[in-house]
Amino acid sequence: MSGGGTRPKLTRRDFQNDQDVRWCPGCGDYSILASVQTVFAGLGIPRERFVIVSGIGCSSRFPYYMNTYGFHTVHGRAPGVATGIKLVRPDLSVWVVTGDGDALAIGAGHLLHALRRNVGIRILLFNNRIYGLTKGQASPTSEPGKTTPSTPEGVTDPPFRPVALALAAGATFVARSVDRFGPHLQRMLARAAAHEGAALVEILQNCNIFNDGAFADVTGKAGKAENVLQLDHGAPLRFGPEGRSGLALDAGGRLVTVDAEAEPRRVLTHDERAVDSAVPDLLARLDRPVPIGVFRDVEAPALDQVLRRRREARRAGREGGLADLLAGPNAWTVD
Amino acid sequence: MTSEPQSAGLSGPGDRPERVTVRIAGDSGDGIQVTGGRFAGSTALAGHDLATLPDFPAEIRAPTGTLAGVSGFQIQFSSTEVLTPGDRADVLVAFNPAALRVNLPGLRPGGVLIVNSSAFDDERGLRKASYERNPLEDGSLEGYRVHAIEIGKLTREALADSGLTARQVERCKNFFALGLLYWMFGRPLDPTLRWIERKFHDRPELARANGKALAAGYHFGDTARVFETPVELPPARLAPGVYRGLDGNEAISLALATIAERSGLDVLLASYPITPASTILHRSSRLEAFGVTTFQAEDEIGAIGAAIGASFAGGLGVTTTSGPGLALKGEFLGLAVMTELPLLVIDVQRGGPSTGLPTRTEQADLLLALFGRHGEAPLPVLAPRSPGDCFWVVLEAARIALRSMTPVVVLSEGYLANGSEPFRVPGEDELPEIRPRFLSDPAQFAGAYVRDPETLARPWVVPGTPGLEYRIGGLEKDPQGRVSYDPENHERMIAARAARIARIADDLPPAALEEGEPDDELVVVGWGGTWGAITEAVRAERAQDRRVASVHLRHLNPLPRGLGELLARFPRVLVAERNRGQLAMLLRGQLGVDVESFARIRGLPLRVDELRERIAASLSGGWS
Ligand code: SF4
Repeated sequence: MSGGGTRPKLTRRDFQNDQDVRWCPGCGDYSILASVQTVFAGLGIPRERFVIVSGIGCSSRFPYYMNTYGFHTVHGRAPGVATGIKLVRPDLSVWVVTGDGDALAIGAGHLLHALRRNVGIRILLFNNRIYGLTKGQASPTSEPGKTTPSTPEGVTDPPFRPVALALAAGATFVARSVDRFGPHLQRMLARAAAHEGAALVEILQNCNIFNDGAFADVTGKAGKAENVLQLDHGAPLRFGPEGRSGLALDAGGRLVTVDAEAEPRRVLTHDERAVDSAVPDLLARLDRPVPIGVFRDVEAPALDQVLRRRREARRAGREGGLADLLAGPNAWTVD
Repeated sequence: MTSEPQSAGLSGPGDRPERVTVRIAGDSGDGIQVTGGRFAGSTALAGHDLATLPDFPAEIRAPTGTLAGVSGFQIQFSSTEVLTPGDRADVLVAFNPAALRVNLPGLRPGGVLIVNSSAFDDERGLRKASYERNPLEDGSLEGYRVHAIEIGKLTREALADSGLTARQVERCKNFFALGLLYWMFGRPLDPTLRWIERKFHDRPELARANGKALAAGYHFGDTARVFETPVELPPARLAPGVYRGLDGNEAISLALATIAERSGLDVLLASYPITPASTILHRSSRLEAFGVTTFQAEDEIGAIGAAIGASFAGGLGVTTTSGPGLALKGEFLGLAVMTELPLLVIDVQRGGPSTGLPTRTEQADLLLALFGRHGEAPLPVLAPRSPGDCFWVVLEAARIALRSMTPVVVLSEGYLANGSEPFRVPGEDELPEIRPRFLSDPAQFAGAYVRDPETLARPWVVPGTPGLEYRIGGLEKDPQGRVSYDPENHERMIAARAARIARIADDLPPAALEEGEPDDELVVVGWGGTWGAITEAVRAERAQDRRVASVHLRHLNPLPRGLGELLARFPRVLVAERNRGQLAMLLRGQLGVDVESFARIRGLPLRVDELRERIAASLSGGWS
């Protein structure tokens, strides 16, 4: 997907527009918006080829703040709309912006099927573990015990883990990043953009109004050093100060933390291209440390490309015109 | 058209009837629909006009021999125009006791009854059909011309040396019965023999056996002498042209290919399987070469979402469904209304509410289609009148959707979806112009909702167009396309969206009488698939000098101009429909006309004789 060869290089400003951004001051969505604008400018894709589709929720106002084509749709249903766009126009760069309520509650079915089909859309799931726009109810990713207006006695349901769901749905690209980690987030967005099939990026996002500090022990300086496990393909799964801890498998197939300096050979090496390994699934279910980076990136034909090729082949090999089709094989003539 | 369709002959030897209704019924595993389909094909080749109505159970394979498992196929054919599959059959072929019990009420008194007596020997079969005694022996069939023929046994004998298993032989008996029907109506065997060869090309032993059963049934006709000599109807005088058999769902998929071909748009049919709409998805999935892509979504909502996405991207999104699915699509229809995107939603209505009578026909989604959305969300609604008309109505729906930038709902019916009739294949010059109007010049773009002065449509700007990046969505916008919470703007936008739909009527033919004269005493108003029965009934009554006219609505929203004035000329207005009076309510509410309602809702097509009785009662003042 190239084009616009002679046009001037785009900058982040080219993706900003004159709409007033109406997120709460301090919301994590601002830094995500900035990162997306920065990444889009560098992809070499003409601006008119970007389409951002969203559902309903705070994050879903995103398309209004981007100077691209945008479609703010129905709660939870953006993946269907994005699929339709991509099937008709495989040349467009189609992005879905969604949240934990939008994607994992009302829209969970659509999300899983879009990933399963491997249609070439990029889904950015802003996970703030709360309903923002409807004022603070528990979401499918809220932690058990959390008290909210809809759960005064505390959340009783266990949470969904978006990355684990995506991997289980057979997603071919799954990554996680954090609103505040600009350069890392931008790398993940660029990787997602380069992927041919469906891509899901979970972005841990702070809602400073209804769930402030939900990821403080990941984003704070000390917490980051202690709790974040950065996934890099081919690198050992080490984390903590100076990477002194490492992840290993025990005899029961469970992930365990080992002293990486004492037992370096037990530490697992990250393989994002593994298709038959349980390790990405185990990583996706880890609460501490919090892995960020690409969990899986494997190649598989994207639905939109498969259909495009088939359509072209059928058109090229077509026998007979519309008149023949309308008459069918058993027509008769009345004089 | 005769004034008395039910008086068709077949009452004695040497009859030369003008029209005949045949019903074939058996177990859902007996191949009834195949038999009916072949008989319809041979009827068309004989040059008759015809209409068919399959009638099958909701269960795929209900237990053998039970009342729940009975499958039927009815066909009316004639040497004159045929508008319905016939009220009651002149000839009924019943393969087993259950089929007899279910279908006997549909055979006219004195009608010909062909019974597979091989299936009546066995106590269990009789019991499953709740017969305490064998109806072939207890005199209960006295009012009919009964021919008890051992179809099962004769088929077994004909295929004694075929090497097939007993079960395979059993499954050939429908072709024996078909052969017998071919003898009765003087039809050639060759086209069906060739069809059998094609159908079973990789199972030559089955092709041979079925062909043999067909021939055996045919030759048995001489012995059975259901009629003295074969009954041969003269061909119908159809308008010259190329014809094909067409059911309503196939007509819709052909329309989608035609739209893609004529408009150059990529058509995306995004659907979720649901009876009785699914065959549209099946047939359309073979039309990629013609620009139709199909997408089987994860649910009804995902389906309409993908269709809306396709239209946003500059294709034409289409989704097909039935009532429960239309209910699920309601929220997205609101979005399509708000974002003013072209979209076709085709609802093949079935018996409701809920799962209701999924394989039966009904017209009870009219008010859902018109009003079943949140907020003020008007959209055009159209309904085809016959299987072949599904083709034309879908083209018309596409024309409106593209011209006025709006979702359009087409209300088909199970009756039209499965019924078939000869369809005159249009030449390319008879097909309407279907033209998308994209806007790609930034100099001409004043805003996402700045409207065309004539149609009030907003511009269709498609992603990929440089310099016109814009956002649409469910939030209210001002004409420039900016999110707006301004109360005045909201009211203006609602009015503009409604005016755009109302204005479509400028482009439609004004209301006109289908049958009759403006000074008649009664006008029957109908919509959708009741057209054949209403027309037949009105013509029959007029032939008896009753002063009755008819109006048939293809456009339910907006209604054709002049409809109120037209109806007001009649002392009496009778609305006939397959629901509890939904069109009647609409006409009272929108036009302020006083109407009587003839609303029957049994999952079956409107019957000509019932409607005639109602017309007569209305005219004699029995209903007021
Ligand atoms: S409610 Fe929370 S998520 Fe929504 S805009 Fe405000 S801070 Fe952001």
